[in-house]
Order: sequence, then C-alpha cells, then structure tokens
Amino acid sequence: MKLPTVNDNPFMKPMEWLSLLVLAALILVVLPLALDGFRLNLVGKYLTYAFVALGLVICWGYCGILSLGQGVFFGLGGYCMAMYLKLEASSVENTKIQSTPGIPDFMDWNQVTALPWFWKPFHSLPLTLIAVVAVPTLFAFVVGAAMFKRRVGGTYFAIITQAVAAILTILIIGQQGYTGGINGITDLRTLHGWDIRTDSAKSILYFVNGGLLIACILIAQYVKRSKLGRILVAMRDKEDRVRFSGYSVASFKIFAFCLAAAFAAVGGAMFTLQVGFMSPSFVGIVPSIEMVIYTAVGGRLSLFGAVYGTLLVNWAKTSFSESFPELWLFGLGALFIAVVLAFPNGLAGIWRQHVEPRLPGRAKPPAAPTVLPHGAPAE
Amino acid sequence: MFGDYSLGDLGSIFVMQGFAGLILFSVYVLMALGLAIIFGQMGVINMAHGEFMILGAYVTYLCSGFFQAHLPGLFPAYFFVAMGLAFLASGALGMLVEWALIRHLYKRPLDTLLATWGLSLILQQAYRSIFGAREVGVELPAWMMGSVQATDTIEIPINGLFVMGVTVLITLAVALLLFASRWGKQVRAVMQNRVMAGAVGIDTDRVDRTTFGIGCGIAGIAGAAFTMIGSTGPTSGQLYIVDTFLIVVFGGAASLLGTIASAFSISQTQSTLEFFLSGSTAKVLTLLGVVAILMLRPQGLFTLKVRR
Amino acid sequence: MNAALLPGATPNDKDFLLAVEALTVSFDGFKAVNDVSFYVDPDEIRVIIGPNGAGKTTVLDLICGRTKATSGSIKYRGQELTRLSESAIVQAGVGRKFQTPSIYDDLTVFENLEISFPRGRTVFGALTFTRDAEVRDRIHQIAEMIFLKDHLDARAEYLSHGQKQWLEIGMLLIQDPELLMLDEPVAGMSVAERKKTAELLHQIIKGRSVLVIEHDMKFVEDIAHRVTVLHQGRVLSEGSMERVKNDPKVVEVYLGH
Repeated sequence: MKLPTVNDNPFMKPMEWLSLLVLAALILVVLPLALDGFRLNLVGKYLTYAFVALGLVICWGYCGILSLGQGVFFGLGGYCMAMYLKLEASSVENTKIQSTPGIPDFMDWNQVTALPWFWKPFHSLPLTLIAVVAVPTLFAFVVGAAMFKRRVGGTYFAIITQAVAAILTILIIGQQGYTGGINGITDLRTLHGWDIRTDSAKSILYFVNGGLLIACILIAQYVKRSKLGRILVAMRDKEDRVRFSGYSVASFKIFAFCLAAAFAAVGGAMFTLQVGFMSPSFVGIVPSIEMVIYTAVGGRLSLFGAVYGTLLVNWAKTSFSESFPELWLFGLGALFIAVVLAFPNGLAGIWRQHVEPRLPGRAKPPAAPTVLPHGAPAE
Repeated sequence: MFGDYSLGDLGSIFVMQGFAGLILFSVYVLMALGLAIIFGQMGVINMAHGEFMILGAYVTYLCSGFFQAHLPGLFPAYFFVAMGLAFLASGALGMLVEWALIRHLYKRPLDTLLATWGLSLILQQAYRSIFGAREVGVELPAWMMGSVQATDTIEIPINGLFVMGVTVLITLAVALLLFASRWGKQVRAVMQNRVMAGAVGIDTDRVDRTTFGIGCGIAGIAGAAFTMIGSTGPTSGQLYIVDTFLIVVFGGAASLLGTIASAFSISQTQSTLEFFLSGSTAKVLTLLGVVAILMLRPQGLFTLKVRR
Repeated sequence: MNAALLPGATPNDKDFLLAVEALTVSFDGFKAVNDVSFYVDPDEIRVIIGPNGAGKTTVLDLICGRTKATSGSIKYRGQELTRLSESAIVQAGVGRKFQTPSIYDDLTVFENLEISFPRGRTVFGALTFTRDAEVRDRIHQIAEMIFLKDHLDARAEYLSHGQKQWLEIGMLLIQDPELLMLDEPVAGMSVAERKKTAELLHQIIKGRSVLVIEHDMKFVEDIAHRVTVLHQGRVLSEGSMERVKNDPKVVEVYLGH
C-alpha cells in the first residue's frame, strides 16, 4: 500500500474549491439575476440564518456540542445593530413630538425619560460594529466556560442553552421600556446617514451579506482543516483520550462554541440591516431549534450543505405557509424526524453517496471519513 | 419589597402563595416524574413530553363535555374517569412513539431530542386541527370549587388539596413500582447494564416500551391536573417543557426524591416571587437561579459518587 | 518538558521521579485505594500486580488525574499532581495507556499520531499548527517502530485489536513522556502479537520510568525491576520479583482460596 496524500493537507481539495465556486456563483450571480427585488431580499434574509447553520456545523457537527440557544447569539448581534439604527432614527429632530425627544419612541411610550446606560455606546458606529461580534461572543464565552470547565455536555448542555434562550426572551419581552418588548426594535431607517430602505440599498446589503457568508465559510474551512478541526473530531469521539494527549478539552469546546456564536451574531446584524427590525421572536427556543434543523437538513458535517439546507427549508417554509399554512408544521415536524432517522448526513450525505460517485471522471472509492454512519454519532 | 406588609400579613401571604403554588407544584411533580423516569432511567430526552401532558388535558376536556351532555348525574365524579383515561391515552401514544421512533435512537441522545421536537410540532398541529387554535377551559364539579377557611387570613382552595392528594398517591405508586415491583427491578437492571439484563432473560425492548409508556401516562395525569390552573391550547405544553427539564436536571436525574424536592423549591420560589414582582420577572429570577446553581453544581442536588 | 525542580520541593523528593504517599480514595465510603505509598526511581520499571478489584487501575487513574484523591499526595519531580488537571499532568511528562485501546476511530493513523505530537496544544497553537518536516519525520519514525508504517492512511477504526494497542503505545511514544504508565499492554493479544509487543516495550522503556499493570507473570518477570502487589486497595508486598514471589502473604492471596 502506498502513501498517497498523507503529507499534504491542502486548504481545500479541488472538489471543495468547485463547491465554493458554485455556491458563490449561485449567491452572487444567479439568484440576483433570476429573482426580483422582493424575492432577492427574502433570500438575503434566509442567508442570514445560514451564518447560524455554519456555526452549528463546527459546534455540533464537528465538536458534538448541540446548542439549542443559537437564537440568543443571532438575536444579540441583531439587537446590537438595531440599537444603533434606532438611535439614529430617534434624533431630536425626528422625535420632537415625544415628551422626551431624542430617545427611541418605545421608551417614551413606557415613561422612560432618559437613555439607559447600556444604550449609550450605540451612538457610535465603530463601537456598534465591535459590539455586534463581541457581546454575543463574550456571552458565549461566559456560558461555555461555566459549563465546559465543569464537564457539562451533551443533553445537559442542550437543555441549559434552551433555558438561556427562554430567559433572554422573557427578559426582552418583560423589559419593554428598555428593549421594545414583544414588538422588538422597529422603524429603522438609516445606517450612518445611508437610507437602508431603498431598493438600491437593499441590493447592496444583499451582496455584502453574501460576501460575508463566503468569508465565514472560508474561516470555518480554515478551522476545519487545521489541527484544531481534527482535535474537535477526536474530542467528539474520545474526550478522555484528548485530555491525556495533553489538551485542555474545555478550551477547545469554548472556542467552538464562541466561533458559532460569532457567526450567528454576524447573521443577526445582517438580518436587522436587511429586514429593518429585530424582535424577540428570533431569540427564543422555537427559532433556535429551527436553526438546528437547517444544519441537519444540509448535513451536519458539511459547510456548503448548511447553506443549501437553510435555503431549502426556508424556501419550503415560505411556499408552504403561503398555500397550506396548516400543513407546514406537519411538514417541519416530519422533516425533523426524517432527517434524524433516515438521513443523518442530510443533503451532503445524499450527495456524497448517490450523486458524487456517478459524476464523470471520479472513480475514487467512497470517501467514508466525512460521512456519519447510520448508527453512532461518529464522523 | 416587603416594606409595606406587617409580619403577620407576610406570614399569611407566604402560606397562601404557598398553597397557590401547590397546584403548580403538583403539575411540575407529575410532569417531572414522567420525565425523570424516561430521562433518568432510559437517558432519553423527550421534547414532546409537554404535548403528552396536553393530550391528557384535552382528554379531561372531552370527558367533562361528555359527562355534562350525557351523564349529568355522574358529573361530580367525572374527574376520576378523566384522569384514568388521560393516563391510558397518553400512555398508549407513548408506547406507540417508543416503538416507531425512540427505539431506533437509544445510542444517539441528541438526535432523540431533535426527533421528539419534530413529534411535538406534529402533535401541536394535530391538536390545532382537531380542537381548534382557541384555548379551551374545563368546568370543574361543584364540590371542587371553593376553599377551606383555615384562619381569618388564610384560605386554601379545595381543588388544590385534591390535586395535591392525587400527586402524593401517584408519587407513592411510582416509588413502589420502581423499588418494590418486578418491573421496577427490571427497569433498574436494564438501566445499569443493558447487555447483561438482556442476557439474563429480561425482555429489554418490552421494559423500554413500558417505561416510556408509563412516563408518558403520568404526563397525561399531569395534563388532567393542569386543566385546573390554566386553559388548554395546542401550544400550552411547550411552555412547561423547559421548566420541567430544569427540574429533573436540578434534582439530579435518577433521583425521585431530588425531583420532588426540586419541583417544590422551584414552584414555591416562583409562586412566592410572583406575588411581589411581575410574572415575567419572577420567572426570569427563578430560571436564572436554577441555571446559576446548575453551573455551580452540574450533577444536580442529589447524586451519588460512583466509581468510574 | 523536563522542567527543572519546582519551588517548594523538599530535597528528599528529588531522589524519586514519583512519590506516592498515603494515597486514599473512597467512593461512597468504599475505599478503593487505601493508604497506598510507593516510590518510583528514574529509569525504573515498576510493575503493579494484584487480583481483580485490588485498585490497580484506580492508582493509575489517580496519578494521571482522572480520579481525584480523597487524601494523600502524589509528587512527580517534587510537583504535587493531585491538584493539577489531566492535561497539565500530561504536559508535565506523564503518559498513560488505557486498558482497552483508546484511539480516535474516525481519524487516520497519521492523524492519531499527529494529535499526540507535543506541540500546538493550546487553541491558538492548534489553529496555526503546520505539518512540517519535523512532524512528518517523527511520525514516520514512530510508525515504523509500532509496525504501522504501511497503515498511516488507514482509518484507525479498521485496525486489528493488536494494531490498535500498538497505535496507542505509539501515541504515547510521540509524547515522549518521562513517566510512562501502561495498563495491561498485552491483554487480548495473540501469541505473535504478544511477542512483538514485548519487543516493542523493551525498546521504548529505555531512558524513562515505566509503571505497568500486568497479569502475565512471565512478562512481568521479564521486564520488572521491582514489583508492587496490591490487594483490596492496600500495598501487600513490594520488592524484586523473586522476593515477592516468596512472600507468604502474596502466596496466600494468589493461591490461598
């Protein structure tokens, strides 16, 4: 037996470069040409969820940590961005009919008379951009450190993240005067003076979003093929052994969780910019677990699959709820069950097993290593 | 927050809120018992547990309607029938689900979580299609209304006492089943060593199915009790699932006593805080407290140190 | 790795590579290891024997930090191990092989060895780790030693039981620990594999201290400098194989009932 590829560990294999090219062409060329402004904006909204799905591939697929609270990070990123936009929309000029001009309208309605301290940094765009990523990542660090250092994992971790999502939602809804309550932060207008509601702004934001998504894929790809990526796989398999190879397992888990949080936060901020509001309905338990299904449908070990999975599920959701709203929940429920029972590798698994071997000029043996076997959660 | 009340008032408030918390406590205990059996003994996370509870609530609703229309003479006793039927309905559905879904996933706990979430969505939509999206209320028989005047300032609702009694009975029955019956021994044997239990002739598949069924059945009884504190809607169960999981985890999985103690402390904290603060703040504080304690003591309140 | 003596070490400790003193651990009142003391010199091969349930594996678990001691102390080069995390103990120079082969099934043999290579152990280090010539040469060298150089690209899952044991030994070797702990390294092997393993062990134990748990008496006699006999969590006897074999207490435990 010869040793063909053991010594080189390329950043991306030719097939992966091709996949990236196809995805980039689809997002940046095909869809913008094929869809009208309204539909394109819708796809842009879906793609913001793909950031979350991408983070889950690293965190759940590779590291084995299932977080059911990714909506928290998506929401925190989105809220940070929304707070900046809201302050800009609430200039003294715009709000002179309020009893306290210069503060967001919902504060005025709730008898808040001065801007709370935690809103103040969001007057500044640079501080906001830092906060969009830093606040959710730091929060993930605190939760992750508290849990992983004490070796809490698996189902316990999933339940705790769910509880965190529940707490944050209740908190946002309950503290109306500071957060906008159940309606969220709405009526957002300009980003540093640039009107984000115009058609041209929307299409520019769509391309910014697509570019950021591809950048995140490249970052995730770098992590995945580095030694850290292999350590994550090793940890999912035999956590104890990794410890006895001299690694601090908790630090690696915290890293994976924080990376997923940072991706989700970028998605959240882009959501706010493209859709024009942010509300607690993207933070709680239900949206968080729905984001997991995007990853599961795409294939929990495939970065590209995560994007396609997100697009597919959301496309199905939109078309179903337009025509048969009552069928959608049945469909979504069945999807959860089917993807777990029958297709644990999602779309990427189907592709690798059934399509790729039949492509011309590819007589290689089935590339088993990245496919999840039917029984155990192993790579 | 205590400033405006005299010491005597405060005492009465605590006792009254305590009893108000008792029904919540009972629902929590019954939900958590079912979940603790399933999670603690089988290691399965059942995210559809809330929907099994709501099935029990709908069965109670149907019963009350049926007795009112056809057997008005027996109406005072309908609640007992409803509880029995709720247990059977949820238990049967539970066994079906175990057979169709859960048994394929015993080695993949995180995937079970996702699959049962999917099941919960399907059940919710099924309830919505059958019973409508509006919440329904259940009429209680006359003897359950009203309250017992314990002292001048303390009133105890009768339905609360009743639910309390049912909870105690069921808890005792579960403890007996688990620790004194043949089935209980088999469940514990399977939990500790599945392969060995199979080798000594225990039908592990049947034990799993019965365990899951009983856990879901108890959730059904919880649903019957639930009709006394809230109205029943397709998504009512979802609100309770995270709380209940926290109770089970907080109590230390696989410990019945721990489950009860943690259900008691969580429901009483929440109900006492609710009197002084808004409902949402009370909830946030309670959940935050539980999560904070779990971060300090992830193994829960009651656990054994075992040799690895 | 071979750090100088840490502050706080008494001069007495430095004579021993490992000093285990009054080590006790109890699980719910059951004392699996009870007041165990022993000392390992540099370059010494020490074998721990004893009947099943004597607490042998628990002693190794305690040394490598997998189980926390109830009381007592474990000093490695004068450094107290009972307060360190598992990864810090490994980084101090203690390597451990488990009873059943503990390797990463999903990774290739090459990747298994690469992960064990003692560089880039922090998050940042792992992100920037590169497979340079040094890493590759070392992995090929180790693979040759453990008879797996033709299997570098194979997924570890598909190796035979014996090959998995060798791979785990290789993963330890590449760490280059000063104290090597082996839990039943030849258990479950075929006669041929057993012979090859003995050869391998003879090669790798040079220049380091080794703590071995083993039941195969011939094998023990072959390699042990000194033997410690554990029984019901206590040290029953200690000394050369010859001495231990003739200790009436040991004979009683092994043959008495």
